[in-house]
Amino acid sequence: MSLLAIQSLKAFYGDFQALFGVDLEIVQGQTVAVIGANGAGKTTLLRSVMGMLAAPSDVIRFDGKPIGGLATHAIVAEGIAMVPEGRKLFPSLSVEENLRVGAYPKRQGPWTLERIYALFPRLSERRNQPATSMSGGEQQMAAIGRALMSNPRLLLCDEISLGLAPVAVRELYRALPGISAEGVSLLVIEQDIGQAMAVANQVYCLQEGRVTLAGKPNELTRERVAAAYFGN
Amino acid sequence: MEWVDVVLQGALLGGLYALFASGLSLAFGIMRMVNLAHGDFIVLSAYLALVLTQSLGIPPLAALPAVAVIMAVVGYVLQRGLLNRVLGDDIMPPLLVTFGLSVVIQNLLQEIFSADTQSLPGGTLVTASLPIGGGLAVGWLSLLTLVAALAVIAVLQLILARTRLGLAFRATSDDLVTSRLMGIDTRQIYGLAMGIALAIVAIAGVLMAIRTTFDPTGGPARLIFAFESVIIGGMGSPWGTLLGGVILGVAQSIGFSIQVGLGQLFGHLAFLAILMVRPQGLFPRTRGV
Repeated sequence: MSLLAIQSLKAFYGDFQALFGVDLEIVQGQTVAVIGANGAGKTTLLRSVMGMLAAPSDVIRFDGKPIGGLATHAIVAEGIAMVPEGRKLFPSLSVEENLRVGAYPKRQGPWTLERIYALFPRLSERRNQPATSMSGGEQQMAAIGRALMSNPRLLLCDEISLGLAPVAVRELYRALPGISAEGVSLLVIEQDIGQAMAVANQVYCLQEGRVTLAGKPNELTRERVAAAYFGN
Repeated sequence: MEWVDVVLQGALLGGLYALFASGLSLAFGIMRMVNLAHGDFIVLSAYLALVLTQSLGIPPLAALPAVAVIMAVVGYVLQRGLLNRVLGDDIMPPLLVTFGLSVVIQNLLQEIFSADTQSLPGGTLVTASLPIGGGLAVGWLSLLTLVAALAVIAVLQLILARTRLGLAFRATSDDLVTSRLMGIDTRQIYGLAMGIALAIVAIAGVLMAIRTTFDPTGGPARLIFAFESVIIGGMGSPWGTLLGGVILGVAQSIGFSIQVGLGQLFGHLAFLAILMVRPQGLFPRTRGV
């Protein structure tokens, strides 16, 4: 049963077309990775799913329900949360307050402050300090925790490895299976192909607004991925 | 002792200015929107209270809760129906729209109530005072106004620091787009913020109208006092706004005691002096970005 089904999604910024008919499906409980170079349309895809870009309602379905073009807050209420690129923590709020903003939609589920602190113990130590005073890796933990606080059925992660040291990236990716184990489906956007392929059940490669490759990670050879990623 | 009295009366006047300023500061803090009709809403509240006291035969303070509720609804509807549509990256549209609102409100009031000055009957509240020794006395109304300002600011702080709504206010103020990603209906949040701002305006307007006369064109002057209080205190700092109001009140009171015409000038001079020395205000809390 597909949790998220996107059919021939087109997206525009004014006259500029960024997506040319993208199809994508996420099965309940799966982790899907979308890889692609800068400007391939990865973030545009997420922005469309979150209602930040216009889309016909039928084109994006969540648990069978058409959600294309709904207001962002209504989509969050349906059970989709997003970790935005660059973390976007609220600078005047403490770590714990940032997490509590995530719980604003009041959705019931397993994720509470205690559970987030258990997942990322370092956040617990820093709960009262300003969120943006932490290291990049810790901020990314807070951004993931904040998104989980809405108890989403689907979590979208936009380049969580961006600008972080490899050791911090590994630590973040080690947390993903635990999130997945709580029944949260994941859509991970990455430029870092290795990390993405390691966690995903299904990989999509985007290039210039089109899906150039889709398949299970173990079925894809390096050559095919490279061709789909860079084009030639 | 005369100087002590001047400063004391000025500080009490500052309570009124802090009330003028709090609504303006709240709207700016959360929405980054400058409401140029703010002073006219203060005057509109005074007229609302006038209508209620005259038609129902109740004292102005008894009419205040109703005025506050009406103004809160006006604020919410205005924000959802009009101002949300013009808010964006460009700061000009909301300035132009609220400037237009200011003109519309002034002319409507003039059309309905004429240009005559009006006042609300304050009864003994206006004339009675509390002797505090040394030949000094503070008027009950001034004291009530200062207490109201303290209470409004304390309640605002409590809402911002302790409630779910306050958290949403602060998040929305920090980052509008990310707030939506957190499931916050930011249009609703803006509506509520303007509703609260105009409820505070109602308190300010009614207390002002008991204290002094008013007419349809008095809004812009109140807007200036509100602005000066906010900027002296520092953007985004409620207690700073109170101090800004007090500094403005004291400066005006000193000028007034030297020569009647100097009151407002001294207020503006104090404002300009602080702007020169500390352009960010005394207690700025807005973020650097």
